[in-house]
Amino acid sequence: MIRFDGISKRFPDGTLAVDDFTITIPSRTTTVFVGSSGSGKTTLLRMVNRMVDPTSGSIHIDDDDISTLEPVALRRRIGYVMQNSGLLPHRTVVDNVATVPLLTGVSKREARAAALDLMDTVGLDRALADRYPSQLSGGQQQRVGVARGLAIDPNILLMDEPFGAVDPLVRSELQQELVRIQKDLAKTIVFVTHDIDEAFLLGDQVVILKTGGRIAQVGTPAEILANPADEFVDTFIGAERGRRALSIQTVNGKEVVVDGTGRLAGILRSPTPESGRSA
Amino acid sequence: MNLFGDAFRWILEPSHWTGPNGIPNRILEHLAYTGLTVLIATLIAVALGLYIGHTGRFRGIAVSVTGAMRALPTLGLLVYLAVLFGLGIQFALIPTIIVLVVLAIPPLLAGAYSGVQSVDGRTVDAARSMGMTEWQILWKVEVPLALPLILGGIRSAVLQVVATATVAAYISLGGLGRYIIDALPVRDYTTVLVGALLVTILALVLDGILILCQRLTVPAGVRAIRSSPGQRSTTKSASTVSTAA
Repeated sequence: MIRFDGISKRFPDGTLAVDDFTITIPSRTTTVFVGSSGSGKTTLLRMVNRMVDPTSGSIHIDDDDISTLEPVALRRRIGYVMQNSGLLPHRTVVDNVATVPLLTGVSKREARAAALDLMDTVGLDRALADRYPSQLSGGQQQRVGVARGLAIDPNILLMDEPFGAVDPLVRSELQQELVRIQKDLAKTIVFVTHDIDEAFLLGDQVVILKTGGRIAQVGTPAEILANPADEFVDTFIGAERGRRALSIQTVNGKEVVVDGTGRLAGILRSPTPESGRSA
Repeated sequence: MNLFGDAFRWILEPSHWTGPNGIPNRILEHLAYTGLTVLIATLIAVALGLYIGHTGRFRGIAVSVTGAMRALPTLGLLVYLAVLFGLGIQFALIPTIIVLVVLAIPPLLAGAYSGVQSVDGRTVDAARSMGMTEWQILWKVEVPLALPLILGGIRSAVLQVVATATVAAYISLGGLGRYIIDALPVRDYTTVLVGALLVTILALVLDGILILCQRLTVPAGVRAIRSSPGQRSTTKSASTVSTAA
C-alpha cells in the first residue's frame, strides 16, 4: 500500500505542481494517474521513489515514511519504467535488464539467467539478448524497459507513460501484454498516462487529475463512466463528445450499438459469464 | 626546394642517429616531456571536467578560466617562470612542464565536461531512478558514453603539447626543439627545418595512434547509433527515430 498524505510540491521556480494531494493506493492492483500535461502526474509518480521530494506532506509505503529511507536503497526495490525506455545505450539488452541485480551484488551468471527468463515474461525473443538498444524497435525497447523494471522482483512498479512513444498498434499490443503480466505477477503498479482509454483499460483504480495535482475523481473505470463527478471529468472521458454515449438500434432484427454521433460501435450480444471486465 | 633535400639528407645521415644529440634520443626526450605533461594535465583536467559535467556546477568559471589559459603566451610564461624558479638544468624541467600543462588543460577540460554533458539526460535520469549512486552513474554511464569526447580532448592536447614542447630547448632542456634553437643563431636553416619536420612527423604519428584509440573506445552500442545519419545530436535523434519506428 502506498499512502500520499497532504502532498504539495512547489518547484524552485515557484510553480505549484501539486497542491495538497491525498490518496491511498492499494497493494497488488493497478492505479492509473491520468491527466493532461501540467496535472502533476509524473511529479507524483516520481515522489514514490524519491526522484522528487515533496515540499510538504508525507508518503508511506506500507508503514514506512519514505522520507526516512535512503533514496538509493528505496529505488533499488521499486521498479521504474519510463517513456523512452531509458536504456543504457552502451549495454546489451541482457545487461540492461540485469543492471540493478548486478548493483545489488547478484552474481553475473545468476543475473544473466534471470534476465533471460524475464525476456520471456515480457515477450522478447532471447535471440535479442546481445543486441544493443539502438538496434531494437521502439516496442522492443519498451519491453526491455519493462523487463528491467521487473528485474529485482519489486512489489511496486512505477510506469511513467511507458507506451506513449510507440505507434498505436504496438501500444495496444504492449497494453495487452501488461494486463497479462499483471494477472500473473500482481504487482502494485502506479501508472501515469494522458490517455484515458489506456487508463480505463489498465486501471483497477483510476485517478483523474486536474492542474496542480487536484483530484477530479477517483474510482474504478465503471464508477467513473457511470457517474462522472463533474463537467471536467465528463469532457475528459469523452462522454460529452458522444464517443462513450452509446445507444442501441435495431437493424434487420439485430441489435447494434451506435455512439453519440450515430457511428456504428459494435453489435450487442447477450452477456456471457466471462464477458468484459468486472466493475 | 634544395633546403628540403638537404634536410632529408641530414635526417638520413647515419651519424645523426646516435649519441645524445642523435635523433632517437631527441625524440625520446620530446616524448618524455609530452607524456609527463599530458599525464599531469589529464589527472587535473579530466577529474575537474567530470565533476563539472556531472554536477553542472562551475561551468561558467571553467569556460572563462580555460579561455584565459588559452590566451597565455607559452614562451613568455616559460621565461617568466624560469626566472622565478632560477635557471639551472635541474630546475628547468619544472617551469617547462608547468607551461605545457597550462597549454594542455583547456582541451582536456573541454573534452571531459562536454563529453559528460552530451550524455542524454534521460539516460542519466533512468540510471538514477533505478538506484545507481552518483558515483555509479558517473563511472558506469557517463564516462563510458563520454569516452570518445574525452579522448578527443586528449588527442588535441597531445598535438598541441608535441608541437610546443620545442620550447623546452629554449631553457636548456633537450627534445626536438634543440635542433631548432641551436641552429637558429648560426643560421643553419637546414637543421631548423629538420627539427620542424621531425616534430611534424611525430605529431602525425601520435595523432594516428590516438585516432585509432578513439575508434576502439567508442562503446559498441553507441557505434551502432553513430553509423546512422546525422552527427552530434546522434544520441537524441537516433533514439527518437528508433522509438518512432
